[in-house]
Amino acid sequence: MAQFLQFLFSGVTVGAIYALVALGFALIYNASHVINFAQGEFVMLGGLATFGFLGAGFPLPIAAALAILLTIVVGFALQRFAVEPARGATVVSIIIITIGASIFLRGGAQLVWGKDFHRIPAFTGEDPILIGGAALLPQSLWVIGMSAVVVVVLRWFFGSTLAGKAMLAVSHNRLAAELCGISVRRVLLLSFGLSGGLGALAGILIAPITLTSYQVGTMLGLKGFCAAIVGGLGSGPGAIVGGLVLGIAEAMSAGYISSAYKDAVAFVAILIVLIVMPGGIFGKKGTERV
Amino acid sequence: MFRKIALAALATASLGLLAQGAEAQAQRPIKIGSFLAITGGASFLGDPEAKTLRLYVETLNKMGGVNGRKLELVVYDSAGDAKQAAAFAKRLIEDDKVDLLIAGSTTGETMAVVPMVEQERIPFISLGGASVIVEPVKDRKHVFKTPHSDRLAVQKIYEDMKPRGITQVAILGGSGGFDQSCRKNAQELATIMGMKIVADETYAPTDSDITPQLTKIKNTAGVQGIVGCGFGAITAITAKNYKQLGMTTPFYFNHGVASKQFITGAAGGAEGMRLPAAALLVAAQLPDSDPQKAPGLAYAKAYMEAYKEDISTFGGHAYDALMLAVDAIKRAGGTDKAKVRDALEATKNFVGVDGIFTMSATDHNGLDSASFKMVEVKNNDWVLLK
Repeated sequence: MAQFLQFLFSGVTVGAIYALVALGFALIYNASHVINFAQGEFVMLGGLATFGFLGAGFPLPIAAALAILLTIVVGFALQRFAVEPARGATVVSIIIITIGASIFLRGGAQLVWGKDFHRIPAFTGEDPILIGGAALLPQSLWVIGMSAVVVVVLRWFFGSTLAGKAMLAVSHNRLAAELCGISVRRVLLLSFGLSGGLGALAGILIAPITLTSYQVGTMLGLKGFCAAIVGGLGSGPGAIVGGLVLGIAEAMSAGYISSAYKDAVAFVAILIVLIVMPGGIFGKKGTERV
Repeated sequence: MFRKIALAALATASLGLLAQGAEAQAQRPIKIGSFLAITGGASFLGDPEAKTLRLYVETLNKMGGVNGRKLELVVYDSAGDAKQAAAFAKRLIEDDKVDLLIAGSTTGETMAVVPMVEQERIPFISLGGASVIVEPVKDRKHVFKTPHSDRLAVQKIYEDMKPRGITQVAILGGSGGFDQSCRKNAQELATIMGMKIVADETYAPTDSDITPQLTKIKNTAGVQGIVGCGFGAITAITAKNYKQLGMTTPFYFNHGVASKQFITGAAGGAEGMRLPAAALLVAAQLPDSDPQKAPGLAYAKAYMEAYKEDISTFGGHAYDALMLAVDAIKRAGGTDKAKVRDALEATKNFVGVDGIFTMSATDHNGLDSASFKMVEVKNNDWVLLK
């Protein structure tokens, strides 16, 4: 039982990390139907910038806030200088632009913070909490708790604020939204800034667990993307469930089947989900033909 | 008559050309070709290696070069990619016409180049870890390497385990090339040295949590010690998780974790862990009688002055490779490829920062397990074990 609990804790921790990254994908997808492959780099920037500001002598909360701010600015800049000039282009072209941006950001981070991996201290200590013989790090609770908070905030944002509703409107029909007086440019700018901030938050929360380096975004981006697909692209609760499914599948297969094949088992699980539910667990049922 | 004069003129001219050629040969710089993983996942290897080569080529040139000839370094960034490494090796040999190669931060890059090097008969000192690089020597006539092989590391670990009463071990390693080679050696040596492997767990180098694998090892009956095969951030995460689970089983890593980041990244989890490492890592703690102390301290001082960053043992591999090459060129009296190769193979009792090299026709690494020092992490630093 203790063994099962330990696998579960590991799965939930890793799953919550994937979920946080997946939420960032959801935000931009909702506004523009673009999958932002620089999302992993936002996560990386959050962690590394916090490390940098800590090194400059700022206390953790301020360093974290500054890092989030910086990444929001990077998000704005990405939209304004890379995505906006290509506004007439197809979604696929813009996705490719974000891939280019991710390579650029990775290179930039490598120049600023070097190639080493870095650690930022856990928010509330490193001593594990023992539950039924299994150990859980307090930082894992932070990750899980913040993911839940982010989902609630996003739900409120899209459901109850004008900016959020404008974003949804743009995602449903760009022309109609524009005719109603919504500034599509501003909505897109906002979505990139927000997902930059969200990515940075994720990066800061997980850096004490996974450590951080200039290339950490590649893997997190990929796994986060998988989680978003499994949960249903664009859905907040879907991102959380997708992340948890992926994380727990990995941990359980490493524990009970074989650690050598755990990634394969996890990806097979994704394939099965997508065959049964092509839109993802929380995705829209109908598919759109273009 | 005219023909005779013409012939004579031609002969004199060509003689002159030849002489000129010989003179140019003497003045021509010694070209050292290199491709290293300066960026990418293995940049923690390639970056200090490239910096070390640049630093010491400059230093040697200031001291007048080698045999009166300047050294010239040509470095390409292979980003740790075997395919790029092969392309750069071809360019170095055919276009840059280098005299020898000091290259290959990883085993993968090195192995991709070995067939070409053997065909072109160019001396090649690799900075890769695995023992397959120089074995079997009959197929690796021109390939040498300076880092201790993973096999030696595992041997050293088992040697340290036995007096502690550890005979049943678990292996925990990644899915990468170096990790797999280390695992294979751990399995082979276990039968030779009377150890028993009771658990074997794998992770992906990009994983963010290793607690399931460690939990399995923890719950396997009879595990007395753990051998960790791996390098990079994942090893620090492993040490963190080890502490998180409250494990006390003696844990040994290989020399791939021998950098300060491992200790800081593990956030206290590395405390008490042991690993075999190059003497360079603990040069200041060596007794004065140790021949490796002086070169180690000198290298550390020069590197830190030039780059204002901590040394790693990986830069030391490049230092040894360059110095071995210079030594061989001096003994060979030039850069004739066959002679340099023979001179490298004849290296005897060469004191480097990795250890004391004695190469032979059956050993192109030249280090024994005595060149490894067993160190333990204590109070967030490396402590030399007696």
